[in-house]
Amino acid sequence: MSAQDLEIALALAAALFVIGLAGMIARRSLVFMLLCAEIMLNAAGFAFIVAGARWGRPEGQTMFIFLLVTAAAEVAVGLALILALSGRLKDLDADEMRSGGA
Amino acid sequence: MNALLAIAALVAVASTMAVVLQRRAVHALLYLIVSFFALAVAMLSLGAAFAAALEVVVYAGAILVLFVFVVMMIGSEGPVPGPKAWIGPACLSVVLLGELAYAFFAAPGLLAPAGSPTAAVSPKEVGLALFGPYAVCVEIAAFLLLSGLVGAYHIGRRDPGSRPGGGKT
Amino acid sequence: MELIWLVPAFPLAGFAVLAFGRGLPGKAAGVVGSASTALSAFAACVVAWIYVSGAPGGALGALPYPTSLWPWLELGSASPAIGFSVDALSIVMILVVSIVGFLIHLFSIEHMAGEEGYHRFFAYMNLFVAFMLILVLADNFVLLYLGWEGVGLCSFLLIGFWHRDRANGDAARKAFIVTRVGDVALLLGILLVAANLGDLGIGEASRRAIAAWAPGSGIAVLAAALILGGALGKSAQLPLHTWLPDAMAGPSPVSALIHAATMVTAGVYLVARSNAFFTLAPQVMTAVAVIGAATLLVAGASALAQRDLKRILAYSTMSQIGYMFLALGVAAWTGAIFHLATHALFKSLLFLAAGAVINALGHERDVFAMGGVAKKMPLLFWTFLAGAFGLTALPPVTAGLASKDAIIARLWYVGGNARLLWWAAMAGVFLTSLYTFRMLFLVFAGKSRGAHSEDAGLAASGALGAPTAVPLIVLAVLCLVGGLLDFPRFLGGSPFFGSFLGGALPPSPELGTDDVQELLLSLGPLVLTLAGIPLAWLIARRGIAATTATPEVRHPSRLAAFVRSGFGFDSLYSFLFVRPVSRLAGRGVDPVNLASEGLRGLTMRASRLLRSSQDGRPRRYLAALAVGAAILLAAVLL
Repeated sequence: MSAQDLEIALALAAALFVIGLAGMIARRSLVFMLLCAEIMLNAAGFAFIVAGARWGRPEGQTMFIFLLVTAAAEVAVGLALILALSGRLKDLDADEMRSGGA
Repeated sequence: MNALLAIAALVAVASTMAVVLQRRAVHALLYLIVSFFALAVAMLSLGAAFAAALEVVVYAGAILVLFVFVVMMIGSEGPVPGPKAWIGPACLSVVLLGELAYAFFAAPGLLAPAGSPTAAVSPKEVGLALFGPYAVCVEIAAFLLLSGLVGAYHIGRRDPGSRPGGGKT
Repeated sequence: MELIWLVPAFPLAGFAVLAFGRGLPGKAAGVVGSASTALSAFAACVVAWIYVSGAPGGALGALPYPTSLWPWLELGSASPAIGFSVDALSIVMILVVSIVGFLIHLFSIEHMAGEEGYHRFFAYMNLFVAFMLILVLADNFVLLYLGWEGVGLCSFLLIGFWHRDRANGDAARKAFIVTRVGDVALLLGILLVAANLGDLGIGEASRRAIAAWAPGSGIAVLAAALILGGALGKSAQLPLHTWLPDAMAGPSPVSALIHAATMVTAGVYLVARSNAFFTLAPQVMTAVAVIGAATLLVAGASALAQRDLKRILAYSTMSQIGYMFLALGVAAWTGAIFHLATHALFKSLLFLAAGAVINALGHERDVFAMGGVAKKMPLLFWTFLAGAFGLTALPPVTAGLASKDAIIARLWYVGGNARLLWWAAMAGVFLTSLYTFRMLFLVFAGKSRGAHSEDAGLAASGALGAPTAVPLIVLAVLCLVGGLLDFPRFLGGSPFFGSFLGGALPPSPELGTDDVQELLLSLGPLVLTLAGIPLAWLIARRGIAATTATPEVRHPSRLAAFVRSGFGFDSLYSFLFVRPVSRLAGRGVDPVNLASEGLRGLTMRASRLLRSSQDGRPRRYLAALAVGAAILLAAVLL
């Protein structure tokens, strides 16, 4: 790989992260917000991979694995919460989560 | 110039944008799976084969499938924000992207790769690292998974006569 | 002389005892109040004796004897202290205030018996006497202003004594507000004097003014005019006079003490005390005389049209003080003060007797519902008659005769434009006779007209107790005899009073008269007064007939109503001042309040803004996070 590849890869990571952030702010459904969180986590993990490839060391991938673990735990709990709230929130609208709503 | 990487990057960006703009959650999930596949290809082209495999198996294959199950349970229609709602987040994202780009590319020589052009990090090296210097982190990751398991179980529990998640938190 | 401080201290102590010691049985409060004023009067007499007999520090006509009790304000060169100045003028004033005050307190012991707030009454009265004494004894303007404000406060408290009736509170407020206008003018005048001359002591400031200001100069006129403004308010002269008739809402002893003998004369005292400033501003002196004459006539005419007994007396007070102002305006300083003293005697007598009559007739105030009281209560009749003789200046030896004649004679001799004032004074004499005798006839003569609970009231107070009768008798005697103090030379008397006061007040310009001319001059008013008596009888008869006539026949003429309302000043002020202010206040937007309201509004809005950032919406928080991240990155990278 060359520097150019790494540049493209990093740009990719940044772009994915930013898209996830935009989506999280803009969309109101809880499911989508969680989804965008996954996108952002993934993008961050990808950035670690790029770093590991740059230096030729395994730490990049180990970090990626830990991130994966984190994402898995988070998704599990998050989806359980979503399931629990699905009856009470109207459309799972995040704006309804103020104290008056749920 | 690695054509594979470039194409994979394009596909990933395009499908991620599609994820964010979808109306139905299931469609978004499918687009996201495509995006993850593209990312796996990109990782592969960078020499991180093990990570690519894990991305497909764990992230796309377990986490997103879990998403799909839940979405099927609770329905996937949701309110879609109109074009006006995108202005703010879009501006914010562009600003952040610019800053990140500046951070990555302003310093010259940052990205000159060490090692040989086709140096890949083999799974063996990753394993040795995981169970060597980073063994404690592996244990901690196990804790994390355990807590996620217990939490998800508790929140999703249905006592007879009580709603899920109702009562004590 | 060192004990001069006792004179105001006694009533002050009386106030303290009455204010903080509740639960005194029965009439004990009245006794305490009277005792303190009696002690004060005694002390005043002692001081006067010392002064007159030439003891160290005081000889007839000697310089004022200053006593500085303790320092008060530190204002650089003009540092007023609590100090009293004893000279002839202040001695006259404290004698008048304390003696008349004592007699009125004595009268009130029985008069106010059974009233709710008996205790409170005597406390306020004592406090008033204390403040008034401070006012007349003060050696600097600030202490004088303290007493000035104090008497205004006590006047407010006492006018509204029966505070459960809203109208009394309104009257008290009206008095306070109207005199306030004058008080502000006085304060400005004091500040002007302090700023320009650098000293607040009255004597010292007067000396400096004479040295520094040219006669007739703008600053002298301004200072004198401002001081005059204060005097007008307290003394109820035009244009700040509208409060006095309504102040009759208070008990009769209050009217006697405050609104006849003492507080309303404070303005006269002030002008006399500041004579240096007024002498330096001839234009203001002219204004003083003109205002005095105008008030004299307006009030006299209004008194003639009144139905309420106390209002007649109130307008009469206004009119008599007009005489005093008239005298001041032509530099007849001693004449004005003499009239002040005699007026205190007969007017307080009249008020007290009127109060007794009103009480006896079951709180009836309308003269057209009275009548025939002479037969039923002869003591009241004779004392009232004595007072009336004093008021109208009838011979033989009444107090009013001496004082009024002195003023009128001076007016004639000053000449020039003052002749007009002399005509006004003569007209005033005629009016005085008219309204006084009308009042006398309506109340005392003839048959009793009213449908009041007369029998019960008279039976209860048919025999007036000693505390009520003694003051009346004493005052009556003083009225008749007081003229001896300054009897005109041509009738064989000696001007003792004039020379006594000469020590404190500048001598009036020499007249160059001869006795024959003086005799003729004093005949004029006498003739007018006597001529007024039958006319008053006719007016009284007409009035009675008018009120007993059937409603269709009775047309109260517009002119009569206008005169009765005091020449429409109340309506004028209501139109000019009261209504616009009420409208502005009712609008709900208060420009003065805007500053504090604005601050409050601003704080509320800011807090609402901040509060909205914690509205519980996760997307908002996220956006905030992202923005923060962008800013931080920018800060780090750039």
